[in-house]
Amino acid sequence: MNAAINKRADDREVVIEVRGLRSQFGDQVVHENLDLDVYRGEILGIVGGSGTGKSVLMRAILGLRRPDAGTIRVFGKDLHALDEKDRVAIEQRFGVLFQDGALFSSLTVTENVRVPLLEHTKLSFRDAQRVAALKVALADLPADVRHKYPSELSGGMRKRAALARALALDPEILFLDEPTSGLDPIAAASFDTLIRTLHDALGLTVLMNTHDLDSLHTICDRVAVLAHQRVIVVDTLEKVEHFDDPWVHDYFQGPRGRAAETAHADATSG
Amino acid sequence: MEQGESKAGVAEWVQGDAGAAVLRFSGDWTLAHFAELEAKLDAIKPDLPERPDVDFNDIGRIDTAGAGLIAVALGPQSLQWLAEHDRDVPRELRALLDTVSEAVAEIFASPAPPKRNFGFIDLLDRIGGAVEIIWSNAKTLLGFVGLTLETFARTVFVPKRWRMTSLIYHMEQTGLDAVPIVVLLSFLIGAVIAFLGASALRQYGATVFTVDLVAYSFLREFGVLLTAILLAGRTASAFTAQIGSTKVGEEIDAMRTMGLDPVELLVLPRVLALIAVMPMLTFLAMMAGLIGGGLVCWGSLGISPTMFLTTLQSDIGMRHFWVGMVKAPVFAFLIAVIGCLEGFKVEGSAESVGQRTTSSVVQSIFMVILVDALAALFFREMGW
Repeated sequence: MNAAINKRADDREVVIEVRGLRSQFGDQVVHENLDLDVYRGEILGIVGGSGTGKSVLMRAILGLRRPDAGTIRVFGKDLHALDEKDRVAIEQRFGVLFQDGALFSSLTVTENVRVPLLEHTKLSFRDAQRVAALKVALADLPADVRHKYPSELSGGMRKRAALARALALDPEILFLDEPTSGLDPIAAASFDTLIRTLHDALGLTVLMNTHDLDSLHTICDRVAVLAHQRVIVVDTLEKVEHFDDPWVHDYFQGPRGRAAETAHADATSG
Repeated sequence: MEQGESKAGVAEWVQGDAGAAVLRFSGDWTLAHFAELEAKLDAIKPDLPERPDVDFNDIGRIDTAGAGLIAVALGPQSLQWLAEHDRDVPRELRALLDTVSEAVAEIFASPAPPKRNFGFIDLLDRIGGAVEIIWSNAKTLLGFVGLTLETFARTVFVPKRWRMTSLIYHMEQTGLDAVPIVVLLSFLIGAVIAFLGASALRQYGATVFTVDLVAYSFLREFGVLLTAILLAGRTASAFTAQIGSTKVGEEIDAMRTMGLDPVELLVLPRVLALIAVMPMLTFLAMMAGLIGGGLVCWGSLGISPTMFLTTLQSDIGMRHFWVGMVKAPVFAFLIAVIGCLEGFKVEGSAESVGQRTTSSVVQSIFMVILVDALAALFFREMGW
């Protein structure tokens, strides 16, 4: 890596460490004894069937849900053990893209992106406005969308506006919950490219829940599979694909999995 | 991006290997130093040749905001040229600059947000707009009333389509659960009116007519009006919020595609439930008001409950009770229909739910008082 770009510390530095996590809703146990490490500067894709608790895991890491057992450390610190000030400082290093965008419905797109800038930086109003406009443009949204309210946008546009807000503070860790679901293939591909570019240039760590096999092939460095209430395997896609588990087998060797693999192989060789 | 140790970036001209001046970037080009960095770039911008030699090798951290500034300062042509000729720029940084520069170009091309005017013509314009909205609201309300009645007529003879569970549920929610507040408020207002009447009538030595005052006002007006206003605040708002949030969640569209009629499923049970319970609540309100007034009469005027009841029986005709009671179902219908209609008007956002809820409460209270005033005139002319 060239010295000109953000210097990455040890490539194997663990930024998120989940140990022995249990999450349960009443009697229903979603995670039991779940372990997961996320290294700095990697793009980790989390896959799993519906209801295996991908979103719950993300919410737990973000500190939105207190673990019923086990510990979660982000940047070496347990969010629930920190006081308000330190927690907010860490949260500013997160960017989160929720599944349905979770944009503030009473604010326009630019205002949504401006909120964290005005709250957490010393930018003047005018600068915040321009930086917000830059982020909106980075997320590939046309200029006329900037002054619209979330309810006036299509699902895909809302998603990109939410990405712009997630990127507002140039976070170190980007959490993406199903980022490409509901996007057309072209938009999904450009989304993947954008994430990859930002990841390469800024050394972003990305944790994404996804069902999009193309995203897994194109941008993920490693893939974690959630099943049987825990992470059954975390490794590069090639190794995960051949992991011995019926669900994993069906997932990657099914018709869609094969199609995505072939497409990716063609793209890289061609 | 640890804060604290970060040093603002620097852009300066240095002597390059080939002797030519090279623009060297160093330090951190991040959001934290945004204003400072922009000032520095503005300072060197006038001297910038079309195709500057650039050196990024000493740059520290950089983020999209910093890259955006650099992209703006260098301009798209220079970046293009750099991308083609300068192999020193690391691939990742170049990708970032390219991405950002595309975005920046768009920002410059974007139109300013629409300006708002505050002149006299605009004032007239807005007044006209508001009047038009009132007119179209009135039409929509009448249309919705018609739709509700039509749906009622269609389903009333088909017992299979009566939504009994929903009806009973809403009767409990809007009726039974409202009993304590309606009774308490009416009781207090009854007492207050008795106090007022007692002090005003004392000057004429006619305190005994306090009984008539309380009875007239509660039977004819206050019992039903208080109930209606309470239900407008409590139930119309609830109806709007309930139907509004189902609309936000596309549930109403889902119903339509399944061939279910939202008016039949959502509106009728609510309207019928309110029409059924409102007379009962009105009756309770009248009784509570009379008891409140009676207690004050007993305590401060020395009119015993027996005397109170005797006066009531001899002076106040049954028709006053019916004049009040007959308004209850009408008000109930108005409140429920307005509450439901406003719910259907919700569009997409949580904010819209809030606006519609406010509007439903204001409108239903307004309509109730308007109709009450018209009814008072009518009853007066009829001599009831």
